[in-house]
Amino acid sequence: MDILSILAESTRSALGPIAAIYALAAVGLNFHFGYTGLLNFGQVGFMLVGAYGVGISVAVFDLPLLAGFAVGLLCALVLALLLGVPTLRLRADYLAITTIAAAEVLRLVYRAGFAEPLTGGVYGLQNLSSGFRALNPFDGGTRYGVGALAYNGNHMWVLVVTWGLVLLMVGLTWMLMHSPWGRVIKGVREDEDAVRSLGKNVFGYKMQALVLGGLIGAMAGCMLAVYQASIQPDQFKPQVTFFLWVILLLGGAGRVFGPVLGAMAFWFLMTFTDGLLKGFGSMGWLPFLSGPDYGAIQLAFVGLLLVVLIVFRPQGIIGDRKEMLINVK
Amino acid sequence: MSSDETNVGVDRMADAEPVPGSAKPDPILVADGVRRSFGGLTAVDVGHLEVQRGTITALIGPNGAGKSTLFNLLTGFDRVDGGRWTFQGGAVNGKSGHRVARAGMVRTFQLTKALTRMTVLDNMLLGAPGQFGERMAGAFLRPVWQRQERENTRRAMELLERFKLVDKREDMAGSLSGGQRKLLEMARSLMTDPAMIMLDEPMAGVNPALVQSLLGHITSLRDEGKTVLFVEHDMDVIMGISDWIVVLAQGRVIAEGRPSDIRSNQQVIDAYLGAQEETAEVGGSDDD
Ligand SMILES: Nc1ncnc2c1ncn2[C@@H]1O[C@H](COP(=O)(O)OP(=O)(O)O)[C@@H](O)[C@H]1O
Ligand SMILES: [Mg+2]
Repeated sequence: MDILSILAESTRSALGPIAAIYALAAVGLNFHFGYTGLLNFGQVGFMLVGAYGVGISVAVFDLPLLAGFAVGLLCALVLALLLGVPTLRLRADYLAITTIAAAEVLRLVYRAGFAEPLTGGVYGLQNLSSGFRALNPFDGGTRYGVGALAYNGNHMWVLVVTWGLVLLMVGLTWMLMHSPWGRVIKGVREDEDAVRSLGKNVFGYKMQALVLGGLIGAMAGCMLAVYQASIQPDQFKPQVTFFLWVILLLGGAGRVFGPVLGAMAFWFLMTFTDGLLKGFGSMGWLPFLSGPDYGAIQLAFVGLLLVVLIVFRPQGIIGDRKEMLINVK
Repeated sequence: MSSDETNVGVDRMADAEPVPGSAKPDPILVADGVRRSFGGLTAVDVGHLEVQRGTITALIGPNGAGKSTLFNLLTGFDRVDGGRWTFQGGAVNGKSGHRVARAGMVRTFQLTKALTRMTVLDNMLLGAPGQFGERMAGAFLRPVWQRQERENTRRAMELLERFKLVDKREDMAGSLSGGQRKLLEMARSLMTDPAMIMLDEPMAGVNPALVQSLLGHITSLRDEGKTVLFVEHDMDVIMGISDWIVVLAQGRVIAEGRPSDIRSNQQVIDAYLGAQEETAEVGGSDDD
């Protein structure tokens, strides 16, 4: 087992396109939960409509990529309104239940037989990235970067655009949260009745936050479609949302860079444990396990990580412990 | 404190009859038939109630009389079963809480609602009305809202100075004592520049040293022309600073009048003051 190559591979993964896509989706979730206190347990649903917005536009209707992005974002807007209008006036748990159910229903509908002409059913959609590659300023054949951190031109292009979007959205977060708008949003998280009693339209603010975070989630879905060049409905299982929550709590909810650091740390650790397990396996240290079991162990590890985190560092990597420990009532 | 100290020679309610539902010369709030029941229990059933502009009106009654519920109804924090009410001449029934607040009728809560993980100053700034930067698009136009922010900060600092919280401005509101939170909540609601302020048990859980300064704040608000409606249990406090007292029992207004009228009202003594003696220790606690 070569620990150095495992570390290199983990670093590559922490900086890779998947980490960037999860960071983007987690920036959206940070608006929901970190700042506004909305319990969205269906962020993957926004990713799904974003990804299929690109997929269906490009693969079925032969539209340009930009139109695909627009369709994806529009679907996310509609989804946010459908989720928010009936629930945001009610107690927080109604949104939680509605989002978790809606995301799963969406996945089942998109994979259903009757949807196949549009969504490709269980097989999903393919050939989605020619429009994106046409814009690629890098040369698809050459490798960029050094050593383990070298990527071919196509991946490099995805990386630049996705991390670019992450930075843009982080900047947007900073701008908004350091403004009076952000102050109202944080007030809603603390006590919405108090904010209402000061003449602020709490429902409107919650809706804005839900839409904004949902749009950013859809953007992550769009980039996923572009990066993979194909999408399948079963990529959008509830565990994606679970990973996003781990990422947010790991990095620090309600912190501008929390989701970014969280995503990097999360994918570093995922790849690291994977490499370690395979290494141990190849050295015969894990005789009672076979290859497919590693995935389960890895997931158990994520769960354990979450528990340890909540016990020892509830504020995440860059959270403010003092702020976290203030009694809420 | 005796009533003579604060009300020397001034009877702001000279023209009002001390009977339930009596008409006032210049009412800021007029409510008719406001009802609310929870299951079989009628929590509020107020036939007619007027609150005189520019006075301190106390709302008293035993625990569970419906005082907080009436506050919630009037300010749009709970839905009525029936009834209409106007504020400064305009109908406010059916309006949601934030609209009522914008109309100039702002309330505090029996269980203090400090925004604990925000600084004292941010709590205050949240109260300022008409902020351009509170619109999502406006948030990006820094130079525009920063000017407004400076002006609001100046007002917030003045109020914090007055409420003796200015040294705490950068502290998290969650680190304040219970009494300081009550002060903050009151100062914050004044940031909205209301015409009427409704305080639900502002003295509950506040240490005696702070009570005096709170009372001072309430009277000076009245002297600045604001209308104050407040719920309180401490009879000395109520008799001392109120221009008018409304007595609620089992959701109904059973008596209204000047402190001297209420003190001698047999119905009130039976329904409330007698009971008050027995539960004097419980009266001041934060119960809901
Ligand atoms: N949300 C509610 N659900 C059921 N009963 C309630 C609710 N709010 C208040 N009540 C009941 O209404 C009555 C009036 O309560 P409240 O207005 O809090 O009294 P007060 O503030 O005068 O002490 C009480 O009997 C209380 O139990
Ligand atoms: Mg009460």
